[in-house]
Amino acid sequence: MLRLSLGAKFTLGTIVAIALAFMYIPLFLVVINSFSAARLSSWPIAEFSTIWWEKAFVSEPIRAALLNSVIVGLGATTIALILGTLVAFALQRYTFFGKQTVNLLVVLPIALPGIVTGVALNNTYNQVLEPIGIEVGYFGMIIAHGTFCIVMVFNNVLARLRRINPSIEEASRDLGATPLQTFRLVTFPQFRSAFVAGAILAFALSFDEVVVTIFTAPPGVDTLPLWIMNQMARPNEASLVNVVATVVILASFIPVWVSQRLARGADERE
Amino acid sequence: MNRRAQLSALLALPMLWLIGIYIFSLVMLLVTAFWVTDPFTSKVKPGFTLRNFEQIIANPAYATTSLRTLGIALAVTVLSILISVPLGIFMAKVASPKLRAILAVAITLPLWAGYLVKILAMRITFTEEGFFNSMLGPLGISGPGFSIVTVVLTLTYLWLPYMAVPVYTAIRQLPPNLFDASSDLGAGAGFTIRTVVLPLIKPAIIAGSIFTFSLSLGDYIAAKFVGGSTQMIGSIIASNINLNPPIAAAFSLVPIAFVVIYLVSVQRTGALERM
Repeated sequence: MLRLSLGAKFTLGTIVAIALAFMYIPLFLVVINSFSAARLSSWPIAEFSTIWWEKAFVSEPIRAALLNSVIVGLGATTIALILGTLVAFALQRYTFFGKQTVNLLVVLPIALPGIVTGVALNNTYNQVLEPIGIEVGYFGMIIAHGTFCIVMVFNNVLARLRRINPSIEEASRDLGATPLQTFRLVTFPQFRSAFVAGAILAFALSFDEVVVTIFTAPPGVDTLPLWIMNQMARPNEASLVNVVATVVILASFIPVWVSQRLARGADERE
Repeated sequence: MNRRAQLSALLALPMLWLIGIYIFSLVMLLVTAFWVTDPFTSKVKPGFTLRNFEQIIANPAYATTSLRTLGIALAVTVLSILISVPLGIFMAKVASPKLRAILAVAITLPLWAGYLVKILAMRITFTEEGFFNSMLGPLGISGPGFSIVTVVLTLTYLWLPYMAVPVYTAIRQLPPNLFDASSDLGAGAGFTIRTVVLPLIKPAIIAGSIFTFSLSLGDYIAAKFVGGSTQMIGSIIASNINLNPPIAAAFSLVPIAFVVIYLVSVQRTGALERM
């Protein structure tokens, strides 16, 4: 064991406490400010009220933005599930020239700054496709999100495939199962939870993406992050943003909870 | 089906997508950097000119902004390492199993809280009438306000989990007998951390740094909302994208160059495979 003096432990503990305060106090301030009656966030809060919650609940723009975020997230997740799983299988099951390059290609869309991905796709849509008469519109945003979500599914599925015992598949083949039957009944159930975890991560990544969305969203279309950003830029009803932000914070517990359960489920089966 | 055909079948669709859409777009971005903007109609026309690059080099504001952004990205990375290593050591080697489980959730939870939500949170915390000034004002301390310092803090807040999680995982995986050996040979805790722990978790730190560095480099939303007048590379690209796309394209090669230099310089460490 690492033998630390009491003083060293205390110093470490203090750093941890400061780091946690640094992480959670700002979030707490958002939540508490959503119950402030004031139009602009400030501290201390003068008067509490649920007025902004009532306003947010009936807001048409918020609903439209939420719907767009869900549609784009589902579209991007579908693309990521298909492409990410295919690449994961290719890289895990085969050795070939250029394997490293393929790996880099999958990682690149999130390794490069979001603004580069956004500007590059925006440039293709506006300067290359539009002049030849192709309007990508809403799909442009889904294509962009799908591209940087692939890595999420890829990582999860690849990690799981590495742990699957290949002799089980061999046994299935020896017993006369067709490749499709083997995949459906033997292989897929073994990486299903990684597949679902990848899907949740991909959806969450898409749901949260701002910079790429700014450059690829068609005019007049807001996703939830775009709505939040536009509200932050014109803070006449800043407190409305705090309500939406609070809901986002609460909703963020869902993927954490689900992935914890999936991880536990996988551990128990082993 | 032979293995080659199987492999081709698996790779066809993903490669078509990643090369046909993504790499094609990156190449077109590079090509557009040499295109011309008609000064009268501000329409972009294919052509070949180095004027965009000349303009960028000739304008000292562009160089200053590039260096400032690089400095911010490096500061965020260093700050993330400085927080993550003690955090990881505390969690893996000091905390009880129960506290460790709580902390593991506690450091990953903010990862999900939403990018803009966190920027909003920092904005509320550091605004003139906000929490920080109101709590520390009586002690005579005034907050950094909306400035470059707040940008670094905000970006660290945003990307810290990308460093903290791999570093913690790496520290947990260190075999305990290494610590025993080091301690038996007379090394103190600080010496053990410097000579045993840090070299072994270096790949994890590098993997994390790719995210903290690259994500900070491309960010401009934090600068917009908590940076006051702080400009970053992204701010300049974003303000040019509609007015002068070739300039935006040319300037976006700067963060690409920074990231590629960074990736190439860390590739030999094998950290890329751990991402």
